[in-house]
Amino acid sequence: MRAPSAHEAGSGEVLLAVEDVSLSFGGVRALTGVSFDIRKREIRAIIGPNGAGKTSMLNVVNGFYQPDSGRITFKGQVRKSMRPYAAAYGGIARTFQNLALFRGMTTLDNILAGRALKMHRGFFWQLLRYGPALQEEVEHRRRVEEIIDFLEIAAIRKIPVGRLPYGLQKRVELGRALAMEPDLLLLDEPMAGMNLEEKEDMSRFIIDVNQQYGTTIALIEHDMGVVMDLSDRVVVLDYGRKIADATPDEVKRDKNVIRAYLGEPHGVSV
Amino acid sequence: MQALDPRLDTLPKLLLHNAAALGSRPAMRHKDLGIWQTWTWAQMLEEIRAFSIGLAELGLKRGDKFTIIGSNRPRLYWAMCAGQALGAVPVPVYADAVADEMAYVLAHAEVTLGVVEDQEQVDKVISVSDRVPQLRQVIYDEPRGLKDYDHSRLIAFTDVQAIGRKKLASDPAILAQWEAGIAAGKGGDLSVILYTSGTTGRSKGVMLTFANTIISALNANAFDRLDQNEEVIAYLPLAWVGDYIFSYVQSYTAGYCVNCPETAETVLQDRREIGTTYAFAPPRVYENLLTLTMVRMADAGALKRKMFDFFIAFARRWGEKILDGEKVPAGVRLLYGIGDLLVYGPLKNQFGLTRIRVAYTAGEAIGPEIFRFYRSIGMNLKQLYGQTEASVYVTAQPDHEIHPETVGKPSTDVEIKIADSGEVLFRSPGVFTGYYKEPERTAEVLTPEGWVRTGDAGFLDPKTGQLRIIDRAKDVGRLKDGTLFAPKYIENKLKFYPNIREAVAIGAGRDCVCAMINIDLTAVGSWAERNNVVYASYQELAGNARVYDMIARHIDEVNRSLSEEEIMAGAQIRRFLILHKELDADDGELTRTQKLRRGHINERYAPLVEAFYNGATEAQIATEVTFEDGHKGVIAARVMIRDMKPYPVPAAKMGRAA
Repeated sequence: MRAPSAHEAGSGEVLLAVEDVSLSFGGVRALTGVSFDIRKREIRAIIGPNGAGKTSMLNVVNGFYQPDSGRITFKGQVRKSMRPYAAAYGGIARTFQNLALFRGMTTLDNILAGRALKMHRGFFWQLLRYGPALQEEVEHRRRVEEIIDFLEIAAIRKIPVGRLPYGLQKRVELGRALAMEPDLLLLDEPMAGMNLEEKEDMSRFIIDVNQQYGTTIALIEHDMGVVMDLSDRVVVLDYGRKIADATPDEVKRDKNVIRAYLGEPHGVSV
Repeated sequence: MQALDPRLDTLPKLLLHNAAALGSRPAMRHKDLGIWQTWTWAQMLEEIRAFSIGLAELGLKRGDKFTIIGSNRPRLYWAMCAGQALGAVPVPVYADAVADEMAYVLAHAEVTLGVVEDQEQVDKVISVSDRVPQLRQVIYDEPRGLKDYDHSRLIAFTDVQAIGRKKLASDPAILAQWEAGIAAGKGGDLSVILYTSGTTGRSKGVMLTFANTIISALNANAFDRLDQNEEVIAYLPLAWVGDYIFSYVQSYTAGYCVNCPETAETVLQDRREIGTTYAFAPPRVYENLLTLTMVRMADAGALKRKMFDFFIAFARRWGEKILDGEKVPAGVRLLYGIGDLLVYGPLKNQFGLTRIRVAYTAGEAIGPEIFRFYRSIGMNLKQLYGQTEASVYVTAQPDHEIHPETVGKPSTDVEIKIADSGEVLFRSPGVFTGYYKEPERTAEVLTPEGWVRTGDAGFLDPKTGQLRIIDRAKDVGRLKDGTLFAPKYIENKLKFYPNIREAVAIGAGRDCVCAMINIDLTAVGSWAERNNVVYASYQELAGNARVYDMIARHIDEVNRSLSEEEIMAGAQIRRFLILHKELDADDGELTRTQKLRRGHINERYAPLVEAFYNGATEAQIATEVTFEDGHKGVIAARVMIRDMKPYPVPAAKMGRAA
């Protein structure tokens, strides 16, 4: 499966650290005092049973939610909370559990949309499409084409994404996130609803992104096989609390994790 | 006949010549990052030269074998020529070959170096490298994913070129030395070994010289008047002789441009963008295109569908006549013109075939309906018959002499003869020199006089003078009275009817031909629905007397068409039955690729075969079947046998049967 990577699991410099973050919606506590870090160039998985707070955690990281307490350190800057715009500018990109693509637009245009933050010429320059604006557009298109080549989606370049099968739409969404050239890529269930072949393809792309572009990746995933194969370190949430944080092998053997997934024994001995 | 110019008798010599004569014309294109990248002949020479000298620095020398594995990319084609410039011999291998097959070929050919496309192929070669002891080095085109691999025996294509360029810059004598190496090459030199993916046994390495392939290519170019203005798209496997001749040797001899698609999935779009003028494809490609169209038309609005149906029916009637330059009424020509504007033109544009001048289908028999469809909308589709051992061309159809059932006239310089057994033999300048390291198997195929046994049975059609292939020679037998009996030929005629799914013709060594039929449940089922025939199962429908009547009508038509063919007339179907169960691969009656296993069928249905020849009108049969979940059961049935009245055989032709 995975070729031995140049870096040891979790030994790199800390890219993002979450300290003691709590979040509640009214009376519901989604996250309670969660702390963990993501180090440069690693693939970090966040797992947990349904409703454990995984997506909430990602939403805090990229600023969709404002935590009630705690702090977030990203690239050495300490904040109480992130703003989505600041997160995107700072180099955090993400994909969504339910696709969020422009369904009427082509694959190419969707990925090009991911370059929006990198466009420097103003609206009127772009309308003119002349001189520096044209140059800029050519450069962006080249980057997008590299991503299309990388994700092997050349055949669907000009097809509106609404007409594509689900697995391919997921790939386009990954492409759009990559177009931002992020330092940290957040993937919310990248394999959900995929068949085995699509899962294997997607796993390979995630590994390639990590190795070739050196992108740090945090992913939420339900498929344990995928998580164990892909990730360097795993953080496990249950009812909004962190119950484990270790390498995949250690997590697999952790009693708390097993209990969270399989339930508490209620005096019934087998 | 084309004479081979001794100054241009190898491919590297042709490259030098083209770079000088056609320097600024495009030689190759490749769609990369969404844009067509073009190399002129002069640029291509520079790329190949740098790589070739790099290969020499890595130790590749005259007589060495090296492999090429991957899809149609310019660098892999360049690698072939770069190696040949040094006198080394390329051995392209099918990119989708399984590891065992690849290991066998690489070891048998004693390959010392590999030029492969990407990580996938590198992995495959590494996985078999312990079985290929001579293999020293692997060169890859696409670096993605290979960064962390052990590079002691691995090197990037561009790095090899960099070595070559550095050598060229530092050593002033190297250029002359390299060109002298090319000049030392001769037409009779071994130029390539192509392993045929034999249907039986291990694959054999067909050795072809430069002269073999270059003369064949020159003849083919002259036959279809191909010149430097052609555009072709290279998308068939590199290891297949068709692609080698068509995308490499014919391009070098005619000077035309070869376009490499972006990926295997984008070929259709890429073809549209390029507008190819010359094309070569197995029937499957044409079938798929047509199916795609029909499916899309089924989804179109009523008006469009009506228009489509009308003009396609019209084209079916007149299109081929117009294509063949026959005289047709002015009104027909006008309406055809409108059809071209509304339907045929846009359709060809969708297929990327607007500019096509010549298109060939080869490899296997194409359905006559499909063949006629493309011709009727104005595409010059022709058939050819070729073999690796012939450097492709054995026969080809000249323009305006097209018949769906023939494969054409002997190509230029090709002699054809039919052996007493019915097997087709040929002799030509393109004939291979032998199978690599297998003189016994060579002797089985190549006679001392230079004739090659094709393994196919056929005859020269007296009406058209063209070759017709009827069956594999080993399947062709004779009836008791000596009449030629070609089971597949008869079966294919039967299977042409949608109601007949499978047919088994029996007759070798017997008095007459009998046939066992499988009806097509979908087609016959829908007929039954429309005709108020009630049935509960395949078996019940198969035994229905009205179904028998229907099949009898089909067989009658087949008999009539057989009676019109001189050598087939004696092999008309005298008796038939409809089998009570469908032939199935799970029961060992078909192979996994849906081909009949005759021996096994004869054994299983022995009581029916016996009944055929003892005059019984029905027979009792019980066969064991395997259900989809694996458990076995027995189906028993009484099967009716029908007699058929044969058409009279033209008396004048009776005598020839023996």
